[in-house]
Amino acid sequence: MLTILFDGTAYGMLLFVLACGLSVTLGLMNFINLAHGAFAMAGGYCTVVLVNRIGVPFALGLPLAFLVTALLGGLFERTLYVHVYARPHLDQVLFTIGLVFMSVAATDYVMGSSQQFVRIPEALAGQFNVFGIGMGKYRLLIIVVCGVLTLALQFILAKTRFGSRLRAAVDDQRVARGLGINVGAVFGITFAVGSGLAGLGGALGAEILGLDPTFPLKYMIYFLIVVTVGGTSSITGPFLASILLGIGDVAGKYYVPSLGAFVIYAIMIVVLILRPQGLFARGAAR
Amino acid sequence: MTPLAADVAQRLKRRARWSGFEIAFWIVAFASIWLLPQKHLILTETAILALFALSLDLILGYAGIISLGQAAFFGTAGYFAGLAAKYGLINEPVLALLCSGLVAAALGFVTSFLVLRGSDLTRLMVTLGVSLMLGELANRYSNITGGADGLQGVTVAPILGLFQFDMFGHTGYVYCLIVLFVCFLIARRLVYSPFGLSLRAIKGNALRCGAVGIPVNARLVAIYTLAAGFAGMAGALLTQTTAFCSLDVLSLERSADLLLVLIIGGTGYLYGGLIGAVIYKFMQDWIATLTPQYWQFWIGLLLVVIVLIGRDRMAAWHEAARAALARLFTRAIGWRRGPALGGAGPDRS
Repeated sequence: MLTILFDGTAYGMLLFVLACGLSVTLGLMNFINLAHGAFAMAGGYCTVVLVNRIGVPFALGLPLAFLVTALLGGLFERTLYVHVYARPHLDQVLFTIGLVFMSVAATDYVMGSSQQFVRIPEALAGQFNVFGIGMGKYRLLIIVVCGVLTLALQFILAKTRFGSRLRAAVDDQRVARGLGINVGAVFGITFAVGSGLAGLGGALGAEILGLDPTFPLKYMIYFLIVVTVGGTSSITGPFLASILLGIGDVAGKYYVPSLGAFVIYAIMIVVLILRPQGLFARGAAR
Repeated sequence: MTPLAADVAQRLKRRARWSGFEIAFWIVAFASIWLLPQKHLILTETAILALFALSLDLILGYAGIISLGQAAFFGTAGYFAGLAAKYGLINEPVLALLCSGLVAAALGFVTSFLVLRGSDLTRLMVTLGVSLMLGELANRYSNITGGADGLQGVTVAPILGLFQFDMFGHTGYVYCLIVLFVCFLIARRLVYSPFGLSLRAIKGNALRCGAVGIPVNARLVAIYTLAAGFAGMAGALLTQTTAFCSLDVLSLERSADLLLVLIIGGTGYLYGGLIGAVIYKFMQDWIATLTPQYWQFWIGLLLVVIVLIGRDRMAAWHEAARAALARLFTRAIGWRRGPALGGAGPDRS
């Protein structure tokens, strides 16, 4: 029981790091980015190449994965995504699904269709035994890393100048622009950081989630659930939603394995019917 | 009737008239039965895809509901048709087709209440969620559906007890084409009716529609149900013509491909789905022979390019091409004589 809770929390934390970039994108520009998972996959494969083939240490591979995907995200944002912001939602969905298809096929072409594993250090294998509960060391690492990241994000959003600019832009883009905030630049940076976080999440999660070319399609649903259930107006909403989702998914797969992800989808639909704006939204912002 | 109302009715009636282009389209479609006998297998798939796209066009192009879950109805009815044929519940294919359509429509009616609320994203997620849930269910009850191996051992009886399905797909193609045509006629009648006009109005501005007394939710439920029925018939056709049904009828890719089909052909006009299906199928066939494994990449690239070019611009091209074609056919057939020929061109959209 507690093991489930523990694994679920680790899984949920991971989902949060993967999806928080998406929630900001959606909240800030009202942009539906289905291709978010592609960046996560890029981060995962980047780590695989760095750690397994080149022999970079795992601890260095993670930040590098973050940097590479952040750069990639920034590049895509400036060259491609900027053209699509003002378009209707249908166009955005088509555009990003197109990107997902391309990334899936391209990864298949470059890396092969088999599942990839990141070679994690010996020190992180194995388990701790605390009061009779087996806690995987790697999962503990994930919880620690993601927890620190969450606190850091919360700090940046709440205390720094950039954070207040970002929040202002989320609340009302036009007024923020009128006050002299360069919303485009704020968004570009946020997008890059969000993609970078997704990449980091993909690198960390390669062990747990599995990494193959269909990753963006497989986990797209999960990211979207986090975002729609958690709401897009704060960072705590998606955080709680992803923890819930993580625990729910692990518990569901443990107790009723044959139903698979059915439980999650059912919960999502119920939540969306009751609260179309998300579970933790502060009323209708837009 | 006041003169204004009479004038409006007149105009609407003129818009609903069959143009030369439409007649030519269907003549070509039916001529393909005799002209392209060796292509009947792919044409069958095209006809099914066209019917499926038609169903999405009804809710997306006319009522403005974004859906990524149209495969839910396609798959449910597909499985229903397959199971009905396998266990001999309903042997006659046409009757089974109608029943499958009804099953899908019932599912559409139940789930339609879920899409009435919320923004585009919520709708997207709910429709997607419904189809994914059905996919999980089909996977769970693999003793009924056959799971990942697909539904085996489906034998489809002759149509109306007369026409046996053959392995070259000749019967299947004629059957699918006729079903497509009938469904198209229904859809065509519908979109030119006051009901169809009210749907377009809802797409334009739902709030104002409520204010002028259009029952917005009831209309959306109605069209969603009908579109689900059409999608279901497409799914049942696929099962009947292939005598097989597997989990991928419920997959996300199917819904996503469908959107692409509709975008290629153009939304909000009935031939969009049909033309899109023809282009998509033959393009897929062509790309798949070039690079069997990576055709998804080119599909994705196409989507990205289409969006970057802009659908408005594509729609303008469509419009121009269609007008030119219509003029050509009108002249060639001599469909409408006299002075109306030149002036009536733009009205026939």
